[in-house]
Amino acid sequence: MFVARSIAADHKDLIHDVSYDFHGRRMATCSSDQSVKVWDKTESGEWHCTASWKTHSGSVWRVTWAHPEFGQVLASCSFDRTAAVWEEIVGESNDKQRGQSHWIKRTTLVDSRTSVTDVKFAPKHMGLMLTTCSADGVVRIYEAPDVMNLSQWSLQHEISCKLSCSCISWNPSSSRAHPPMIAVGSDDSSVTYTGKVQIYEYSENTRKEISSSTGPTKFEVQIVAQFDNHNSQVWRVSWNITSTLLASSGDDGCVRLWKANYMDNWKCTGILKGDGSPGNGSSGQPGALGTAGGTLAAASQNSLNGTSVGR
Amino acid sequence: MGEVDVDPIITLIPGIDSGQRHLGFAWGPGDLLTYETQYKSQGAGSVGQACPFVHVVRKDEDIYSPILRKLFNESHYIFVGLQRIKEEVPSKNKKPQFISISKNYRSVIRACMEELQQAAVSTHDTTLATQYGNQVSILLAVELIWNLCEVLFIEAAPAGALLRHLLDWVRLHKADVDEKAQEVLQSESPVQHQAYWDVVVCYVLQGRMEEAAQMLMKQASQQPAARAAYKLMDTLLTKMPVYSPGGTQTQTEFDVRWRQWHQECNRCLEDGSFASYSQLELICRILVGDEDTLLAQRERLSTWYHFLVTRLLYCHPIVKPTELHYYAQASMDMFLDARSGPEPLDSILLAAFEFDIHQVIKDCSIALNNWWFVAHLTDLLDHCKLLQSHNLHFGSNLREFLLLEYASGLFTHHSLWQLAVDYFDHCPEFGRVYLELQIERVPLDTEHKAVKVLRICEQRQMAEQVRSICKIMAKKALRNSRLGSALSWSIRAKDAAFATLISERFLQEYCSHGTFSDLDLIDNLGSAMLLSDRLTFLGKYREFHKLYGEKRFAEGARLLLSLMTAKIAPRNFWMTLLTDALPLLEQKQVIFSAEQTYELMRCLEELTADKAAQDADRPLQVGRLSAGRTGRMWETWRAGRWDLNGPSCSRILQEDDIEATKVELLRLALARNLALAIVKEGTIEV
Repeated sequence: MFVARSIAADHKDLIHDVSYDFHGRRMATCSSDQSVKVWDKTESGEWHCTASWKTHSGSVWRVTWAHPEFGQVLASCSFDRTAAVWEEIVGESNDKQRGQSHWIKRTTLVDSRTSVTDVKFAPKHMGLMLTTCSADGVVRIYEAPDVMNLSQWSLQHEISCKLSCSCISWNPSSSRAHPPMIAVGSDDSSVTYTGKVQIYEYSENTRKEISSSTGPTKFEVQIVAQFDNHNSQVWRVSWNITSTLLASSGDDGCVRLWKANYMDNWKCTGILKGDGSPGNGSSGQPGALGTAGGTLAAASQNSLNGTSVGR
Repeated sequence: MGEVDVDPIITLIPGIDSGQRHLGFAWGPGDLLTYETQYKSQGAGSVGQACPFVHVVRKDEDIYSPILRKLFNESHYIFVGLQRIKEEVPSKNKKPQFISISKNYRSVIRACMEELQQAAVSTHDTTLATQYGNQVSILLAVELIWNLCEVLFIEAAPAGALLRHLLDWVRLHKADVDEKAQEVLQSESPVQHQAYWDVVVCYVLQGRMEEAAQMLMKQASQQPAARAAYKLMDTLLTKMPVYSPGGTQTQTEFDVRWRQWHQECNRCLEDGSFASYSQLELICRILVGDEDTLLAQRERLSTWYHFLVTRLLYCHPIVKPTELHYYAQASMDMFLDARSGPEPLDSILLAAFEFDIHQVIKDCSIALNNWWFVAHLTDLLDHCKLLQSHNLHFGSNLREFLLLEYASGLFTHHSLWQLAVDYFDHCPEFGRVYLELQIERVPLDTEHKAVKVLRICEQRQMAEQVRSICKIMAKKALRNSRLGSALSWSIRAKDAAFATLISERFLQEYCSHGTFSDLDLIDNLGSAMLLSDRLTFLGKYREFHKLYGEKRFAEGARLLLSLMTAKIAPRNFWMTLLTDALPLLEQKQVIFSAEQTYELMRCLEELTADKAAQDADRPLQVGRLSAGRTGRMWETWRAGRWDLNGPSCSRILQEDDIEATKVELLRLALARNLALAIVKEGTIEV
């Protein structure tokens, strides 16, 4: 792997989240400087900042894109106990020429009494739904009944997780075989017997979320592989788009990539870590065709001139 | 056999101190974004200045190389052709076809290598040159392995023929001899050339007897004194028995003849026929397959597998496939430096000689960065029915696993993704699912591209993806106020709600500007009109305008009326429709019949009654305008000098005034029309 490009994000404080849109053509970054920036990728692969604005009155923890079927919509959540929904407005032509666009706030969700730690849109087949989780352990699910009117959101469900929540993730599957599911992670430092990851399922009968946490549960949980390479606290894990590569980030300051081979043996296939230099790094050169491949090349002892065309 | 294992590669991200901060990441299509962050959840999270960069990290992907792209394109063509070979014909009859396909793949690899080599030589950029050089080396290795696999697995030649093929294999990959030979022959005095003996010996090592003999003849003519020796050598070289499969001799016969020849060579050595000619002696030693002599030729052989094949040629020409691995291991041990372990390439070749196909594929997967090679080779071997399918945890097999990996990699490329579609199509277990997931993510930069993606989805009945893509395009068009485009995408998505919304917008536009945009589209809606009520109305309303334009007033009138009476028109539009009726009411001939006029009046009353109910505290200012003013406005309008629905009208009057005026004018026109109609209908033509 190599660093293909470095984008000067120019936030005035620590970046907390970076998020690609559905097609990978736009990017949003959010920071402790209370702002969100939106970046657009040009044909040639360069990134331009097309919007930068103050979104909250506290550090912005997460920013996430809605599915493009709903338009150009972002949601952000913050230490200031609120989450907000933003929509891009097509600007005047001179704005377009300058490559700038405007985002306006459609709604602010103020139900939380503590810092809102994560915000995620539900899979599109569920309509326009948004979920937030807070440090006081409450998960809230909102819905916009009219997808053309983003100012109207109603709180559909409130789930008390009893543990401080740090992250949520929706089951992306649109299969009718099972109801919608949401996983909630906790960073609560207290000792619990129920486990730090809870999975909630929507029950049509009771029309509310029921918990099946990791403990005695109707789900069969199997450990496929276990690694302690980080040798420290692991803060984030995430699958890539095809769910074939898993990335994890830990206290050792590294990101590790995990992949299974065709025999289902998992192993670490790459490590990303900082080079230790502070401040202003910039993009490296694209590397040669793989170091591992290079081993193969070195072993191939034919000279460059030794090929014949025939056959 | 030891497994080829590679430690995870460490990629350094500049400007981030891993000791102090965490490395945040976000997945994207084909790459990973990384940035410096801190995951501590307590507190407000502000730390002041931090590394300002977000880094895009990508795998070293060959798909970004323009030259390799040809490799992907052409191998795709071969792949698709291979899939289409009929199943019914038993495998062994298809062997020639498979061999031909294998050769096609290899020639594509070679063509690519040639181009890369040329590029490496001609570029001024040293990094690029190195990069090209590396790629060439890798392709060389790839072709070497593929060729061997073709010989051993697909061709699967039996003893006797096997050696012939192995010789060909070595010759192909040690072709520097020919270049040297050219150089020598073209020099003034070939026999004096320093590479002369190099060439001769290399020819012998490669079993190219005729050519070696020809070369030697040059020497022979120069040294009349040594003629006898050279003649003898010539005989030995040209008389070496060569096994030809399908020929008349059996293996036993060949064996007998070969042993005789071998003994003759030995005799020549023993009785010192070449004692005075060290080079000829050397060659003779090679002919008898003397191990030490061969090993001494390390530099000319340059690889252990060349050594192996030469050894086989001069010691065991009828080697059986099952015996190969024994000789291969031995040759490798003898040839390679004991201190350094085998390189990945060596292990792979050895696994091939052991006929362990799975090991070959596994090691190649690990050692190579790109799935191209293993995917295509495995697919071909699978077609030859050479792979027992290992049933995997999730039920798929090796071939499919590799093809899925390869194709997924292609999907992130802005044009190669189209090739990937065919690969997914030929993965029966998971291909469709992978395709559904990934095709949605193809950026829909232009309408043209969106249509391309759509066609692919439609061909495969991926209804949900079709709907989603159309919706995304419709939404995008609407945002940019391209109503016509938005409408056509909604129709394609069969999205009634959205179509209604856009129709509303069209109608609003008409109300404010007096014209329709995108007439072509609305005129040619056809049955799509039925998608939503509002859309139907839009279509019909436009039809009315057309009829009016063509002066088909009676039809137009009927249509206009039906729009209201059949409740196709939304109530808020009735005023506009009635106003549109005015010119028809004012034609010289009577267009609306009495019955129709009564209907119109009824509609008008319904409308005003509604309005009166709404404006309870604002009574309709019916009589507000003086008769004279009304009359003058009437005349102005009749003279065609303004449009009641147009913007200029609103400048002159207040909104309520406009409404009141319209109602008044309508009542007047309706009354007049009614009178004329009654008279007309009551008149009997004489």
